[in-house]
Amino acid sequence: MARYVGQRVKRTEDPRLIKGLAHYVDDIRLPDTLHVAFVRSIYAHARINGVDAGEALKAPGVVAIFTGKDVSEKIGPVPCASALPELKVPDHRVLATDKVYFVGHPIAAVVAADAYAARDAAELLMIDYEELPAVVNAEEAAQGGAVIHEQFGSNVAYKLTAGEGDIVAALASADRRIKQRIINQRLAPVAMEPRGVLARYLPGEQELTVWSSTQIPHLLRTQLALMIGIPENKLRVITPEVGGGFGSKLNVYAEEALLGWISMQLGRPAKWIETRRENMQATIHGRGQVGEIEIGCKADGTVTGLRYNVVADLGAYHQLLTPAIPTLTGLMLSGAYKIPAIQINVTGVFTNKMATDAYRGAGRPEATYVVERAIDLVAAELGLDPVAVRRRNFPAPEEFPFKTATGLFYDSGNYEGALAKALENAGYERLREEQRAAREQGRIVGIGVSTYVEICALGPSQAMPAGGWESATVRIEPTGTVTVLTGASPHGQGQETSFAQLAADELGVDMGDVTVVHGDTAIVQYGIGTFGSRATAVGGTAVFVAIEKLKEKASKIAAHMLGTDAVNVVFAEGVFSIKETKKAAAAAGDGKAADADSDEVPEPVVPVGEGPAGALPEPETEGRKKVSIQEVALAAHLARELPPDTEPGLSATYFFEPKNFTFPFGTHIAVVEIDRETGEVKFQRYVAVDDCGRVINPMLVDGQVQGGIVQSIGQALYEEVVYDEQGQLITGTLMDYAVPRAKMIPWFELDRTETPTDVNPLGVKGVGEAGTIGATPAIVNAVVDALSPFGVRHIDMPIRPEAVWRIINSSDE
Amino acid sequence: MIPAQFDYAAPATLDEALSLLAERPDDAKILAGGHSLIPAMKLRLAQPALLIDIGRVKDLSYIREEGGQIRIGAMTTHYQLESSERLREICPLLPECAASIGDVQVRNKGTIGGSLAHADPAADWPAAIISLRAELVAVSSRGERVIAADDFFVDMLTTALRPDEVLREIRINAPGGRTGQAYMKVHHPASGFAVVGVAVSLTLGADGKCSAAGVGITGVATKAYRAAQVEGALVGSTPDEQTTASAASHAADGVDANGDIYASADYRRHLAVVYARRAIAEAVAKIK
Ligand SMILES: Cc1cc2nc3c(=O)[nH]c(=O)nc-3n(C[C@H](O)[C@H](O)[C@H](O)COP(=O)(O)OP(=O)(O)OC[C@H]3O[C@@H](n4cnc5c(N)ncnc54)[C@H](O)[C@@H]3O)c2cc1C
Repeated sequence: MARYVGQRVKRTEDPRLIKGLAHYVDDIRLPDTLHVAFVRSIYAHARINGVDAGEALKAPGVVAIFTGKDVSEKIGPVPCASALPELKVPDHRVLATDKVYFVGHPIAAVVAADAYAARDAAELLMIDYEELPAVVNAEEAAQGGAVIHEQFGSNVAYKLTAGEGDIVAALASADRRIKQRIINQRLAPVAMEPRGVLARYLPGEQELTVWSSTQIPHLLRTQLALMIGIPENKLRVITPEVGGGFGSKLNVYAEEALLGWISMQLGRPAKWIETRRENMQATIHGRGQVGEIEIGCKADGTVTGLRYNVVADLGAYHQLLTPAIPTLTGLMLSGAYKIPAIQINVTGVFTNKMATDAYRGAGRPEATYVVERAIDLVAAELGLDPVAVRRRNFPAPEEFPFKTATGLFYDSGNYEGALAKALENAGYERLREEQRAAREQGRIVGIGVSTYVEICALGPSQAMPAGGWESATVRIEPTGTVTVLTGASPHGQGQETSFAQLAADELGVDMGDVTVVHGDTAIVQYGIGTFGSRATAVGGTAVFVAIEKLKEKASKIAAHMLGTDAVNVVFAEGVFSIKETKKAAAAAGDGKAADADSDEVPEPVVPVGEGPAGALPEPETEGRKKVSIQEVALAAHLARELPPDTEPGLSATYFFEPKNFTFPFGTHIAVVEIDRETGEVKFQRYVAVDDCGRVINPMLVDGQVQGGIVQSIGQALYEEVVYDEQGQLITGTLMDYAVPRAKMIPWFELDRTETPTDVNPLGVKGVGEAGTIGATPAIVNAVVDALSPFGVRHIDMPIRPEAVWRIINSSDE
Repeated sequence: MIPAQFDYAAPATLDEALSLLAERPDDAKILAGGHSLIPAMKLRLAQPALLIDIGRVKDLSYIREEGGQIRIGAMTTHYQLESSERLREICPLLPECAASIGDVQVRNKGTIGGSLAHADPAADWPAAIISLRAELVAVSSRGERVIAADDFFVDMLTTALRPDEVLREIRINAPGGRTGQAYMKVHHPASGFAVVGVAVSLTLGADGKCSAAGVGITGVATKAYRAAQVEGALVGSTPDEQTTASAASHAADGVDANGDIYASADYRRHLAVVYARRAIAEAVAKIK
């Protein structure tokens, strides 16, 4: 059956991308388009005493200028979908009114004939600011001092405690207790394509179309309809090509609503393309957790309990999922281990910065970093090999489904299997020997291991803010080509390829005959989107089940065409045939020659250019024992001879609701060497074994893992969003914010184990975030291991050479 | 990102360019490869009213040998310098330095003249140019003058070029005898520019002692500088491990170093010392 699934099929998306023929938002040019430039706050915290647009309005090409006062009554607040007990939700208007709360906070929208005129005029706007003390440090903000949203009386947005087991007793009963302050620094997602919106309102039709670079076209449509006050069925959201999101486009932004509203006001298309500087200032950031771990263990390395007290730096406002991200951290604090008692205490804090929200991994990299660092701290404390401590705390394969003290049920896993394979691929024992030898030569070499688990396939709707299912429609057109409509709109992952592989195999057709359509709410049934490593596990399953439904109907029609009952028909490789009974098989043996003709499966009917248009030939079925699925599709559309009670057409839709999450896992091993004189960290090896369940396209899986590890290298060694004490963004350009480049990346030695899940019929788990989750702690553990002769147990990210140099310089081995 | 409005001229001759510049020395800017100027304009940090593109002026892009000198036209791209076989033989420091700049796209557009005229404190070329004791030829409609590399870099983003002057040529005395050269750089992880860059050109006499040394250092201070004390300690001595280390230890003496989130002033000074030592050792090792 599997002609495509499991194969390294090249991405069908790539030719158009490589040739520059793809269409991103900015490539869509509509006549008469107006261009919008935003005036954004230059202060982190200030009162706005006035906005003078007089000069700007006179500038050439300017059509309109909108300020907070103009729109705040007209456009609803930017939504936050997470509901937590006693969560403080500030009123987040699309433009600032009385106060600005972060550098980059939009104050006014300047609309002009072209992007240059708009930007020039934006420079002429006079804003009368009265600077207020900036709240920058989240830990201090939690304690007191200046308050950002005065109505709440403090900067604490929420406090939350979660976890099961008696943590106090668990820690008390431990032989050793280890505490460590730990930081997951703020990161910028930096999608290669920044955000962008084009909106076109047609006053006659009263229809608004919004093209936006988003991961969630349907959710965006619903939210924009509510914000702008247009009926949802008069609003169409189209996501053309999306050049990466990493969670930053899993959101509803002020600019999206504003552009739609502006187009409605002015009756002309309006466009805004985010600049990189705006992207750094006003697209969500990720991570931003400062916490303290406390872990208790027995003398043999058995973990008794883990507590994580954390302050989450939420930024000034809640974006779609801002407060929810630390709750995902809490869920994943058991890692790959049996930990009887776990507790997380979160304090979510407002600061005068851009909101944090979902960035690749969204709360789980934070958790994995905490757990994997904690396990290494246990190993260091007890003088044990970090691998041994991990093994001691793994659940065995037969203990699955495995319940954690964070309330999850891990579906399936073989943690030892992935670990063993990674150790073997790396040659772990030999590496340790080499390390000993290197140390004797005065070299500084470290080996870091991380055995991660992550939560994917988000998720059961019960656990999701806006539905966790996914949808698919599969159609076979009259001419036999297959159209798959998926609600899981991709932004670089490659669903056009992987879903086509799946559909082609299930329908027994050529992949080239399958087109995967996504990202247009007027064409595709409602869907949720691509994030949380869900697209294949949830969206792919929807495709799979829709095909099952479609085949069921096709089978009935085929039986009718073959003059038999559906129970007598089998489907294989694109052909319905009459099941061979023993008697029939024997008869076939005799009468082979006579049957030869009708046994042939004819070429699919392709009427284009053959015969008069519109006159589709009825498939010949007389005396046949087989019909192709394409012939069935044609018959279903001609509908002249369908079985009774059968609707014409051949299409099926399925909305798949998963019963659980899935829990991929794996082992990452980093080997680093540190330059003793400069503190620079260099990779010697990078070995990863990931288990994401069944694999549809190994090349796409490798790509996801590689990209994820690269972003982990970024967090571990280079990246950090830095605001200074006044709340000014220091890392506002890519000259300051260090996204890793190709030459900073080592060769990745990738491998896999495959432990399927039974959460979905495909057995796939998800792999979109594994790299960013598993790799960061492996790298940091390697650096800490390297520096352990200097008495180092922990070092904060990003690990800059200077910090390493200072450690080496100031301590005696 | 969207620059402010500007006029654009693309003169065919240098004379035309110079007279355009002479008319508006205060608000016109020469456009070479555009890889420093255009980014600054897109952030509106630079808002010239007139761009004078010298990309169409003939005979500004060349590598020649003349009168015992290597002469490089200001519009010669980093890539042309990187890939010059002849330079690899007679002055390998230049291709080596060129290869450390940015990425292929940047090297294909960016020019040595543009980089020197821009005088970014973290740019690579200034270190090499100082170590080679180059001469820079500036022209204006008033005439031509030659500026020594040591006098060329005045401050951050400031050179000895006058507002109406164009840098036309860079002249380097081709190193003779037993010379070894090296450029070593710590790349800033975000910008790729030099956190510290050390260029060394070192000549040995028949007695095995260093007869001439040039050491230029970029990235550390507001402008690239000559490490005169390092040179002084090298000349006349045998550059063995110990001499090299002690000479290099002066690499940042008296230098007011920059600091940023990536590298503090102290650390930069330390890197200058380490990389000076490594670059000297490599230059010595390359001597045949
Ligand atoms: C992504 C990126 C990475 C980079 N990485 C590095 C790096 O690692 N190391 C490094 O050193 N540089 C780096 N650069 C800068 C690059 O080398 C530039 O090309 C160079 O600094 C400027 O040269 P240009 O020809 O592009 O000059 P332009 O940008 O055209 O001009 C720069 C300035 O010099 C003036 N000017 C140019 N030519 C002349 C002339 N002949 N006479 C008088 N004035 C003149 C211009 O008016 C302008 O003020 C990088 C640039 C980018 C965009």
